[in-house]
Amino acid sequence: MVSSTAPDLSVRIGSLTLKNPVMPASGTIAEGMTQVIDMGRLGAIVLKTITPDLRQGTLPPRVAEYRDATLFSIGIPSKGPDYLLEHTLPAYAACDAPLIASVSADTAEDFGKLAAYISDPRIAAIEANISCPNLKADGRAFGMDPEATREVIERMVAATRTPVWAKLTPNVGDITVFARVAEEAGAEALIVGNAILGMAVNAETMRPRLGNVMGGLTGPAVKPILLRMVHQCAKAVRIPVIGCGGITCGEDAVEYMLAGATAVQVGTANFIHPHTMTEAVDWIAEYCTRHGLSAAREITGALRPLHAPATAPTETV
Amino acid sequence: MPDTALSPAPEARAGFPIEEALCEIVSNDAVNAEYRLMIARAPEAALRARAGQFFHLLCPATEAGQPFLRRPMSIYRIDRARGEIGFLYKVTGKGTRGLATLRPGETLNALGPLGRGFTLPQGTRHVMILGRGVGLATMAPLARLAAESGAAVTAVLSARSPELVMSRAELAAAGARVIEVVDTDGSSAPEEMEPHLTALHDERAFDYIATCGSNRLFRLARGLARSWGITGEIALEQHMGCGLGMCYACVIPVALPGGGEEYRRVCWDGPVFTLEEAMGW
Repeated sequence: MVSSTAPDLSVRIGSLTLKNPVMPASGTIAEGMTQVIDMGRLGAIVLKTITPDLRQGTLPPRVAEYRDATLFSIGIPSKGPDYLLEHTLPAYAACDAPLIASVSADTAEDFGKLAAYISDPRIAAIEANISCPNLKADGRAFGMDPEATREVIERMVAATRTPVWAKLTPNVGDITVFARVAEEAGAEALIVGNAILGMAVNAETMRPRLGNVMGGLTGPAVKPILLRMVHQCAKAVRIPVIGCGGITCGEDAVEYMLAGATAVQVGTANFIHPHTMTEAVDWIAEYCTRHGLSAAREITGALRPLHAPATAPTETV
Repeated sequence: MPDTALSPAPEARAGFPIEEALCEIVSNDAVNAEYRLMIARAPEAALRARAGQFFHLLCPATEAGQPFLRRPMSIYRIDRARGEIGFLYKVTGKGTRGLATLRPGETLNALGPLGRGFTLPQGTRHVMILGRGVGLATMAPLARLAAESGAAVTAVLSARSPELVMSRAELAAAGARVIEVVDTDGSSAPEEMEPHLTALHDERAFDYIATCGSNRLFRLARGLARSWGITGEIALEQHMGCGLGMCYACVIPVALPGGGEEYRRVCWDGPVFTLEEAMGW
């Protein structure tokens, strides 16, 4: 039941206003989801990463299961930008939510060209996937080098009037360096972040469990790590940070927002409980009401100190 | 006309064609030394399942913990009159061990129906079902619904030994002529089966072959279909992530008509593929 006191769930991500802060993480939804939930209830719909060329992705097996986590090595299978424009966008045309494209390429120049090519009124923003751990040997990504990060984002911003978001990788020493670089280069928002580079071995067969040997760890087990990084990045930049990592429910989403996220992306949970995102939207509304908040954006950065300053006991010998 | 597994995929309806259904367990018992049969009450969306489709099951926790991902399970029985679906499974890992703990009255979380099922060509008159082990479970609904559409069904059941032949009664009850071949007397060897199946074809021509569960039987089926000039399909398996075509974890290579190959998603583009696309394993 909607009453006159229903909280305002809308959030601003750069030049965009989303009706609520919940969206899928790139690569974790496809057209199949429209047959299970009302995708129009989401704040935005982030599409799977495309590359300029056609790609088959990595060798199977592509998934290894852990307790509360999965290690995926998919490698961005892509049907290219024309397929996106001609088939993928129309598949979501009936959904009342902005569409966010996601792009990757082998060179900074190609990131820019691809952003220009897919600039289309149906796409509300373009996410730069500079962080997929499954493309280059040893899981290297553009997002692990500050200068490469700067160049990719600058090229994209110069190539399109569509807002550019940067999806950062957690596989770096100090993620705030990359957050600042992406902000300076013109990104309107940051996604923090992609999967954690990992590896799985089968002791009995003495072989790797993934065709690509290494993969990206996702799922609730990674939440504390990404939550920490979101907190650090939100303090380091002025642009909105979108939290992403192991969110399975509205409560997880609110934790990310308290830590500084303006919005959240839900990833692996979509594979197990397809109603996770829509239920999270409802939970956030209920949370706002319960805490007397008139708007969800009041949650962002509202983390309170656990202790008053200078109350820790003085160290004694 | 009754809604059968042979009817085309239902259009997206007012609701959603795929549901996360909470199904009450009716029974979940061992059928032989290796396999168990689980029957669950299912809502309307689940009962629209077609032969060859599957459900993605949330498996209960065991001492080994909660299986994190769902487990795909092909449909063994769709009983629309009783409002029940059935799964035939072998306890092999953490997921199926969890399923085996479900008792009558408890709840199974089943996402589905999912995937592309079997498609009988128009006017099919004689179907050959060729399967081994639990692969036969996948084809049991096909036998029932082929029979309902007026096609004769000959089901060739392969197993290691006679006591492990699966789905004999289910297929016979569906009106199929059942032929068993086993490893213990050598009758399941492809070189033994080929003249046997050719004699059956000469007696009454097959116009479609469905197979599941064995690479040897797949190669035999594809060879026979080619030499008889008929079509056929195979239901394939692969470890899955989402079951909804979203994560691209469950890909397998398929042969393209013009040569070459590409990956397809078993969960969304399959699990049923044509014998000409499938590449064996």
